[in-house]
Amino acid sequence: MTLELIGISVLWLFLFGYLIVASIDFGAGFFNAYSIFRGKQHILNKIIKRYLSPVWEVTNVFLVFFFVGIVGFFPKTAYYFGTTLLIPGSIAIILLAIRGSYYAFATYGELKQKRFAFLYGMSGLFIPASLSIVLTISEGGFVTMEDTGPVLHYWTLFTSPLTWSIVVLSLTAVLYISAVFLTWYAYKAKDKPATELMRKYALIWAAPLIITAAGIIVEMRYHNPEHFERLIDLWWLFGLSFLLFAGTVYLISKRKRYGLAFGLLSGQFFLAFFAYGMSHLPYLLYPFLTIYDSFTNEAMAIALIIAFIAGLGLLIPSLFLLLKLFLFNKDYVEGKRNDFA
Amino acid sequence: MGNEESVFFSRVLTELTLSFHIIYATIGVGIPLMIMIAQWVGIKKQDEHYILLARRWARGFVITVAIGVVTGTAIGLQLSLLWPNFMELAGQVIALPLFMETFAFFFEAIFLGIYLYTWDRFENQKKHLLLLIPVAIGASFSAIFITIVNAFMNAPQGFDLVNGELININPILAMLNPAMPTKVSHVLVTAYMTSAFVLASIAAYRLLKGSDHVYHKKALFLTMKLGLIFSIATAVIGDFSGKYLAEYQPEKLAAAEWHFETEEGAPLILYGVLDNGEVKYAIKIPYALSILAHSKPNAEVIGLEEFPADEIPPLYIHYLFDIMVTIGMWLTLLSFVYWIGTMRNWSFIQSKWYRWLIVLGGPLAIIAIEAGWWLAEVGRQPWVLRGIMKTQDAATTSGHVDTMLVLFAGLYLALGIGSIIVLTRMFRKNTVEQELIDREIEKAGDKL
Repeated sequence: MTLELIGISVLWLFLFGYLIVASIDFGAGFFNAYSIFRGKQHILNKIIKRYLSPVWEVTNVFLVFFFVGIVGFFPKTAYYFGTTLLIPGSIAIILLAIRGSYYAFATYGELKQKRFAFLYGMSGLFIPASLSIVLTISEGGFVTMEDTGPVLHYWTLFTSPLTWSIVVLSLTAVLYISAVFLTWYAYKAKDKPATELMRKYALIWAAPLIITAAGIIVEMRYHNPEHFERLIDLWWLFGLSFLLFAGTVYLISKRKRYGLAFGLLSGQFFLAFFAYGMSHLPYLLYPFLTIYDSFTNEAMAIALIIAFIAGLGLLIPSLFLLLKLFLFNKDYVEGKRNDFA
Repeated sequence: MGNEESVFFSRVLTELTLSFHIIYATIGVGIPLMIMIAQWVGIKKQDEHYILLARRWARGFVITVAIGVVTGTAIGLQLSLLWPNFMELAGQVIALPLFMETFAFFFEAIFLGIYLYTWDRFENQKKHLLLLIPVAIGASFSAIFITIVNAFMNAPQGFDLVNGELININPILAMLNPAMPTKVSHVLVTAYMTSAFVLASIAAYRLLKGSDHVYHKKALFLTMKLGLIFSIATAVIGDFSGKYLAEYQPEKLAAAEWHFETEEGAPLILYGVLDNGEVKYAIKIPYALSILAHSKPNAEVIGLEEFPADEIPPLYIHYLFDIMVTIGMWLTLLSFVYWIGTMRNWSFIQSKWYRWLIVLGGPLAIIAIEAGWWLAEVGRQPWVLRGIMKTQDAATTSGHVDTMLVLFAGLYLALGIGSIIVLTRMFRKNTVEQELIDREIEKAGDKL
């Protein structure tokens, strides 16, 4: 494995981490707002709060890790993506900032207003939508090189069916991942009504997810045939991913083994996300930038990889402790203790 | 939008984001240490007042840390969005500490979540205190790594520039640049100092507003003592910073001190105004600049005349220097008198006017932090990477930076107001007196 591949794999792994934890977070906010709207707040509120409170700050770090890391391993991305993403990037930051601080205000400052809960829920849909645009742009066809540098063409971007399909995929993925996870969490908390409600949402969002995902592969055939062919070469990975998806839906619909169902879901997304990532290579921004011509020098790459391994040595036990104390602590999950400062 | 405009608005937006972020970041670095000390004193003295102090600080800290995290995310991304050329170049040499900072931040975030939600979970309180150590270490190391990047911008090294190409890159050498030791230590101790004075300011305010509870007196004495210690440390490190500047960034020192001509036995200029290139109404301390720069009263200090006109930073940074140093000295004096006064039972330090001065100390410390960062950043101009890349060549070529500036200004306004409202409501609703009753706290001394 070359240093370039190690670098991009590390980053992709953290982006996958963000995909899962952020989806749970975004979806939870949406379901919470929706249940307030339907007058069923009492069913979900406690479960969602109990899960999110100790971990919300960690979610953001996955994203920070990714965008700091990509500039470290591939400094040229700062030039290409930095120049073109000013507007979508800034909007995503502002939404993330409002969302993160509102969460703290509401949870610790007892700022409870329906209006804010709605804004919070909606921001959880707009953030994945605006972030997913980066993936669309990377497929090529929306950026041209001018004398001043790379320029993003918004009109082409917003009239492309590919853009909107990827946006829809990001939304369905958020809702599906979140619903499956919260089904499991509510089940562990022995909260029957919440389990049933989340189970229903999980089943509702399963079909739209798989349809949009398949639809995007078809669209790629017209948008970027080169990428389409590499996607097809990896058909077996997508096939395996689909089997895991079917397993999750089976378990959820039979009301069996919710923990395993979430495990299968993680596997499904892991395979699909990495298969997509592999087929995207070597391009970071088609056709201008590949992982090879944007790569940093060898000394920096090795230093970053060493720092990464040392960092993981610190993080994995810490994350394990976090999960042990909250996610896998029976008393905490069942709401028998809180122990907040 | 022409590129000059893009450069201008990129600078304004970066300045705005950093000026807002630094308030929460400074508090975020310093407060975990203060919580740790209070909780430790509480366990050691078996005094529940200190434990409750730590607990209440921790609760307020969550709000400031949330703003620190989201604005930190903003500046992290804005570096690439507004300064793509700079990040492309600098990323090759200085990406390592940026990357390490995310780990420190990660570490802090995980343990902060654990610490906040395990207050009564352990029989042995020391176990709970142990969980705070990674938070304090993570917070301080975040500051260390980020400041290393800033130090690199002032004194870049660890590479060779040949025909516009960077070669022989050594990331470790880049981190250990000459600006690093003084800058990192200055940022750390001033963060502790500022946090101590902000917390002292809150305690003094509660005492003024009618609560005579010994809890607040303990809080005030503890934070003023810590403020004094870190003020003295700041002064010592400030002296080293002067020596660093004289050696490696003489133009920055000369501009901050309005030192125009190279001379031996240079005086230090404090205050004053600049009128058509002439310094008026200033206090001149003979030989002091030579001592600050080289520890010798007769040493030669390089003046601004030796630099090309387009490589001299704006001269208004002298005012920023004045503000920073004056506030620093004032707070040292204020806390020193308070400490001596408490030891010797001087009554005036318990008086209303003295407490109002302490209340004022918190906001003043924040102003000093702002002035210090503006001095550091404006004093590096016209360079973004000293000697290598000018700020005007680093900015984005994209338009719409002005629109983004408006959006972010609105965001920071909302976050600033929101955090103040939430913090006051949190503590006004649940007063110390009420909480002491609710928690049935008895094991506490009634003296300082």
